[in-house]
This record gives sequence, C-alpha cells and structure tokens, in this order.
Amino acid sequence: MTFNSAAITALIGTVALALLPSVAPPYYAGLMIPFFGYAIALLGFNLLFGYTGLLSFGHAMFLGLGAYGAAVMSGVFGVKSFELVLAAVILGSALVALPIAFLCARYVGIFFGMLTLAFGMLFYSFLFKFYHVTGGDSGMRVPRMNILGLAFERYNKIEFLAGPFYYYCLALLIIAGLLMWRIVHSPFGLHLKTIRDNSRKAEYLGVHVHRFRLAAFVISAAFGAVGGAILGFRVGLADPELVYWTQSGQLVFMAVLGGFSNFFGPIIGVLTYILLQDQLQSLTEYWRSMLGVILALVVIGFPEGIAGLAIVLRRRFARRPA
Amino acid sequence: MTLLLETRNVSKSYGVFRALENVSMTVREDELVSVVGPNGAGKTTLVNLLTGLVRPTSGDVLFMGNNIAGVGPVALADQGLARAFQLIQIFPKLTVAETIAAAVVSRQKKRWHLLARLSNDSQVTRRVREVAEIFGLSHRLDTISASLSQGEKKLLDVASAFALDPQVILFDEPTSGVSTADKHGIMKTLIAAAKFAGVKGIVLVEHDMDLVAAYSSRIIALTAGRVLADLPPDQFFADPHLIETVVGKRRGH
Repeated sequence: MTFNSAAITALIGTVALALLPSVAPPYYAGLMIPFFGYAIALLGFNLLFGYTGLLSFGHAMFLGLGAYGAAVMSGVFGVKSFELVLAAVILGSALVALPIAFLCARYVGIFFGMLTLAFGMLFYSFLFKFYHVTGGDSGMRVPRMNILGLAFERYNKIEFLAGPFYYYCLALLIIAGLLMWRIVHSPFGLHLKTIRDNSRKAEYLGVHVHRFRLAAFVISAAFGAVGGAILGFRVGLADPELVYWTQSGQLVFMAVLGGFSNFFGPIIGVLTYILLQDQLQSLTEYWRSMLGVILALVVIGFPEGIAGLAIVLRRRFARRPA
Repeated sequence: MTLLLETRNVSKSYGVFRALENVSMTVREDELVSVVGPNGAGKTTLVNLLTGLVRPTSGDVLFMGNNIAGVGPVALADQGLARAFQLIQIFPKLTVAETIAAAVVSRQKKRWHLLARLSNDSQVTRRVREVAEIFGLSHRLDTISASLSQGEKKLLDVASAFALDPQVILFDEPTSGVSTADKHGIMKTLIAAAKFAGVKGIVLVEHDMDLVAAYSSRIIALTAGRVLADLPPDQFFADPHLIETVVGKRRGH
C-alpha cells in the first residue's frame, strides 16, 4: 500500500469516526468504545501476526493485563488520571511480556501458538483462582477516571462514554495507528518482515531473529494492554472472561476477517465484527454460529479478508474502460 | 597475503559418525578456494562450520583472526562473512528493493531504528540502488520477489548477500539449477560483482569440475571427512587418481 492511498484511507476513516456521534444515535457511539479498544489491541496483535509471522493464541492475556491494571491502579491505589494508568499498564504488560516472549519466541507455527495459549490460560486460572486478590469470577471494579485531568462530572457515565471519552479514544487510536505505521515502515519493521518471510535467510543478512521476535511481542503486548484498559474503563469492570481463550480466538478472527496482510485490515475487521455481532445478537440467539459461518466463508472465499477484497474490487474498477 | 578464513585441526562428530576429521584449511586474500568431494565427504558440515552455524567437536575456526566457532550467522554477517545458499532463498512477499535494504540496514547498523522512515533514508536507498545496478536488477526494484524469474531470484539472493559488504563470501553450488549454457555467465557475473564490491576472498562449494577448473585459485578435496588434497588447479587436475576419487565416474559426462 502506498503512502497516499493509506493516508486517504486513514483520513476518510478518521472523519467518519469524528462525525459519528453527531449523526448516529448515542447507542452507536457507545458501541464504538470497544471498537477503539480492540482496534488498538489489533494493531499490536498484527505487528506480531501480519508482520512477524507469529500467530498468538493467548493475546487476550494482554487485554486482561490492561483491564486488571486499570482496576488495580484506580480501584486499589486510587489513581484518578487515566493517562497515568495507561503508562502503568504499558510498562506492566511489557514487563510481563518479556519473559513470556523470551520463552515463546524460540518457537514458530503451532508451537508458538500453543505456548501462548498455555500462558494465556495460566493467567486466566490465576485470575480465577486467586479470589482474594482478583475477585475471581466476579472480577475487579474499574472506577471512573479523569481524562486529561478533567473529571467531566456533569456527564453521567453513558454521556461521558458517548461524548468526551469517545473522542479521547479516537485520539488514542490515531496516535497508536501513526506509531504503528512508523514502526512497520522503519528499518526495524523491515527486519520483522524478513523474519516472517524466511527466517533462515534473514539470519544470514544480519537479522537478529530471536531478539526481534521478542521485541515485536513486547510491543504488541503494550498495545494490547492499552486496548484492555479502554475495555475495562467502558464496562467499569475487569472480568476474567476478557482473558479466556475464546477472547484470544476473537482477536485472531478479527484480524483474519479484516485481512492481516493489510495495515488497516485488522481495524476493518474489528469494526465489521462489532457491528455484525451487534446486529446478529438482536436477530438470533445463534449469533455465534452465524459468525462461525461467516469466518469459514471469508477464509474460503477471500483469504485476504475484507481489505484484500476491497483492493481486488478497486483494481477491477480501475481497469474497466471509462 | 592476509589470512582471511582458517580452520585448525577441526573435527565434527554427530554421535558416533565423524563428519569431519582434523581438517585444516585457509582462505587468503584474493583467493577463490573451491571445496570439492563426493556426496557425504563433509562439504556441508565444513560450510556450516565456516559460517558459524555449528560448533566443532574440536579445533578452531578463525575469521580475520577471531574465533567464530558457533557464533551464528548474524554475528558473522556483522563481521563480514556472507553466504549464498544452494537453493534459492528469497523473501517472497518483499520487493527487490526491500530485500536488498534488509542487508543494507544490517550493514549500516540501523536495525533498531524503530520509528525512522526507511523510505526517507537516502544512505540506504543509494546503497540499494548501487547493489541492484551491479546485478542488473535496477528495473525490478519495486517487483515482489515471488514474481521474479528463477534467474532473477538467484541474482537477488546473491545481491542481498553482497549488500552486507562482506570480506569473504561463501557460495554453495551457485549454478545449481542453471542451464549448462548459463553457468559460466553466472559464475563470471558473481566473480566480477565480488571484485567490484570489494570482496577479498571467495569459498566455492561445487560439484561441477568445469567451473572448479576455470575459476579456482586453489582446490581442497574432501573425502570421508578428511582433506585429501589442497592444491592449485594445474597440479590438481594433473593427478588422474585424485580426480577419480573426488568425482568418481561423473567426469567427462
């Protein structure tokens, strides 16, 4: 994808998201908060999956670290500033990710996937069993925090989420997107791509394969934790279900649905998933089966995901004589 | 002549199997040293030792005076030893420019630049263009590697190794899979490119005795993990018994 077409895609997306609260009912603005959370997490997830070639089945752990980190910081230590909480969960998740990455990054393919799954489940059982620390199955409360030092006391929670917090999360997504765009187009990002394509050859070109896999893992964990903190803030609860392996599967689903070979693919995947889930849930109680059918169709019909399909369609239109 | 690469009494065993026994060899500046021998003679093991991939059971492997036994390919690439594989190795989804740039980034020690724009880095871009020019890939810079022709893939594979500015380059059957008519052309391109790029020594692992005879300054023959001969080409090919042992019946076919 060239810089120009990427810039146009990003600009259209940003404008549409910025206008949404003023044109759509508040319900949809509220629905977009999880979109922002998952989109930031998916940017990180795809650095690992789409750019480094490592498919993690335990990435929900970092969503959990973000949400529980926010719960501990605000609920236990009484920190009011959401920015401070974000800084803490970024640091905390990176510290947790480092030893896990050290162990997992030596493996690729199914072994990497299974190891990350195992660590994810380990964290899940920790949250579930250490009731007195984590609240077990009832989770931990995430009290409302200030953003940019402002409490917005006149707003009730729903107004706050659909208003100031919406734009705050949009800004976070833009920052995360720009940061990730720079990372994947840097010399560092190029070396990650060589690892994905042919790690043996990469080594002979001086690529530190193990260290770079480790670095990509840690960065993706930090993005996951920011996403998790947003999710926790929105619900007001850090729930162990957020860390369950089906959540990790959902992250993979979103990336595949949108198209992991494209920078914007995972973000498109999140948006589609959330809107689809919302619509399907109101239509049928079998919405999970419907999602399953859709994933199967995507993988068989257009393995490059929605983003890949869009590119193919655009090329067809461009070729058609005027 | 400066000593570039050296093994001293190197042995390598895999369990009870002795792949190499007491092998001592040298590569000096301006030399092209060919390593020949029948299948199973230990050529691959020697190459893996020379590129720091495996550690010898005993003995030393020295590159520019440093012990490189088992240091791994990345450290060797940094020190100036490159390897081109027998089977073509490319990055299927990356463009030609990106493939060469990966090596240039290593060479210019920019690999940890997390937020720098690679496309704006004129030092990298310039070097990528220079290397592509040498290998006739200039018109292919934006092509995805997977869609190159077989010959272009081979050139790209070697070009990316050259982009490391190596002191020594190791070719593992560089003309395998290339037609008989083209093999001399490819060899000449590689040697000329190596000279142009400032490569000081070349190690060539090769089955094809025509190529070995035409381009070597010295020939090391291995059989059953031992050095059978270490001679200049004229003396090597003057000994019919030696050729028989090394090539068996394939000579003349």
